Amino acid sequence: MRLPVNSGWLLVLPFLLLVGGLFLGPILNVLWISVTDPTPGVQNYAQLGSSDTLRRILWTTFRVCVICTAFSVILGYSIAYAMVHATGPAQSRMLGLLLVSFWISVLVRTFSWLMLLGRNGVVNSTLDALGIISAPIPFMRNELGVLIGMVHYMVPYAVLPIFAAMQSIDGRVVQASRSLGATGAQTFWRVYLPLTKPGVVAASLVVFIINLGFYVIPAVLGGGKVLMVAEYISVQVLITLQWGTAAMLAAILLFGVLALMFVMSRFMKLSTVFGGART
Amino acid sequence: MTNTSGSLHLKSLSKRYGAFTAVDTIDLHIQKGEFLTLLGPSGSGKTTLLMMMAGFQDITSGDILLDGASIAHTPAEKRNFGMVFQGYALFPHMTVQDNIAYPLSVRHRPKAEIDARVAEMLDLVRLTGFAKRMPKELSGGQQQRVALARALCFAPPVLLLDEPLGALDKKLRIEVQAQLKDIHRTVGTTFIYVTHDQEEALSMSDRIVIMQNGRIEQVGTPSDLYQHPKTTFAASFLGKSNFLHRDGAVFALRPEKIDLDPEGKGKGANKVTGTVQSVTYFGAVLKYQVEVPGLDLIEVDVDAWRGGQALPAGARVDLTWVDSAAVRLSDQSL
Repeated sequence: MRLPVNSGWLLVLPFLLLVGGLFLGPILNVLWISVTDPTPGVQNYAQLGSSDTLRRILWTTFRVCVICTAFSVILGYSIAYAMVHATGPAQSRMLGLLLVSFWISVLVRTFSWLMLLGRNGVVNSTLDALGIISAPIPFMRNELGVLIGMVHYMVPYAVLPIFAAMQSIDGRVVQASRSLGATGAQTFWRVYLPLTKPGVVAASLVVFIINLGFYVIPAVLGGGKVLMVAEYISVQVLITLQWGTAAMLAAILLFGVLALMFVMSRFMKLSTVFGGART
Repeated sequence: MTNTSGSLHLKSLSKRYGAFTAVDTIDLHIQKGEFLTLLGPSGSGKTTLLMMMAGFQDITSGDILLDGASIAHTPAEKRNFGMVFQGYALFPHMTVQDNIAYPLSVRHRPKAEIDARVAEMLDLVRLTGFAKRMPKELSGGQQQRVALARALCFAPPVLLLDEPLGALDKKLRIEVQAQLKDIHRTVGTTFIYVTHDQEEALSMSDRIVIMQNGRIEQVGTPSDLYQHPKTTFAASFLGKSNFLHRDGAVFALRPEKIDLDPEGKGKGANKVTGTVQSVTYFGAVLKYQVEVPGLDLIEVDVDAWRGGQALPAGARVDLTWVDSAAVRLSDQSL
């Protein structure tokens, strides 16, 4: 008996059901709630125009994400550069340290920062004991604290795609640039950086997208003063029970990410960015 | 666009990695405008020597003089040497135009001058019309010519070439060899060319430096090296040789310098008799392997059109040669 569809689909059917049922389903449900709760219509989205709070939260989220992405990618670029130019054993050790930081829970890292940089943290009490400061420096419970925590968390994510891009550069191209009379700086700006651009774009995308959904770090290190979208969604879901608003914000995040990827895809092939075959 | 400079003098140049000596006290004068080839097997130190001239390898001891002035500690980008790399090393993100313009644009030359110069270079390497292409849209031979144009664009006194034809197939390689030779004549730049291909070295060079184990084995013009090799290595690496051990000395005898006749017909100062072990037809030549008692297997090349019918394996033959055909080598007899 011939099946009406290619039998190959049967093989991936369980996976399709899993993705469809457990991933796409809930997302569609969220989108549905955003236009039906509490009553059908677009009133949830209309809040974006009327509510200063919502606009402030979205702006804070965007600003923090952009700054964090910039710092993470610049730091990640430097680390990747050092790793690419390290010799075998040193490179393995560096890669090992990077992976270890991946495995440490975000909660542990966040509270470590509090202990280090809090009002009575190691840094402030040391500086105080040395008589360098009279009042604690406010590292934490503000946007600076959130940025420190987020950048620290995101740097490894930035390193890996940039590292991969740097590894694929033919060293002779750099030598060629120098033999043709270019200084180190000229070689970097005109040859090295352009050739690592796919890695930088990939790193920026990954970091920015993960940043958009950050919840624990802003909540703990921001001390309630730096309200970002994810935390606000949780408040709407758990405390004020305004699921329509929460769903609307989730939808905004989703569309934001998709729009970002669309814009990027206009500039370069996404498969290149995410490590696909380079031609 | 002839250069007024471009003579290089290598003085006792050495490169050591711990106990390993990659380049061993090289002394060499390279004339301005010369086409000099460094020829040797892999590991002979020829590429290391080139990289030392380019400034990409530190010098352990010795000196490099360009027109009499030391450049041993001048960084690569200040030496103003053009370089063509193995695999070309074109900038993959730039057009042909931008690749060739690169050395001028990093020197902040005016745009009009750059454009004129790039057009001139494209014409030189016969790639006019390809300016807007990306490197990956070009064939291997075309990429090779772009690399050459890029390296010559700023009129360097010396051009270093590191096995530039290695990636090309044989037919294309012979074509590009002729073009390279032409370009060398046109621009008058000193070319220093690294290769392990003896035919390439013979057909293009003014002089060849045969290298082995980091040392110079012999330097000379192609015909000088071919006719008068000084060592077993030189005689066997450049062309083929039979080696004869006589009176405690070694003699090299080229296969084409031996006359082969049926037994009893051979006339010459030096004569041995042997048995044909095999004969192979190569179109232009017949290659005989002849077993001579007391000697190794002797290889003899006979012009196929003159040699008439090939003698079969097992035939008894006389091998004769004139005295001057056997070249005495400096190596000790084993």
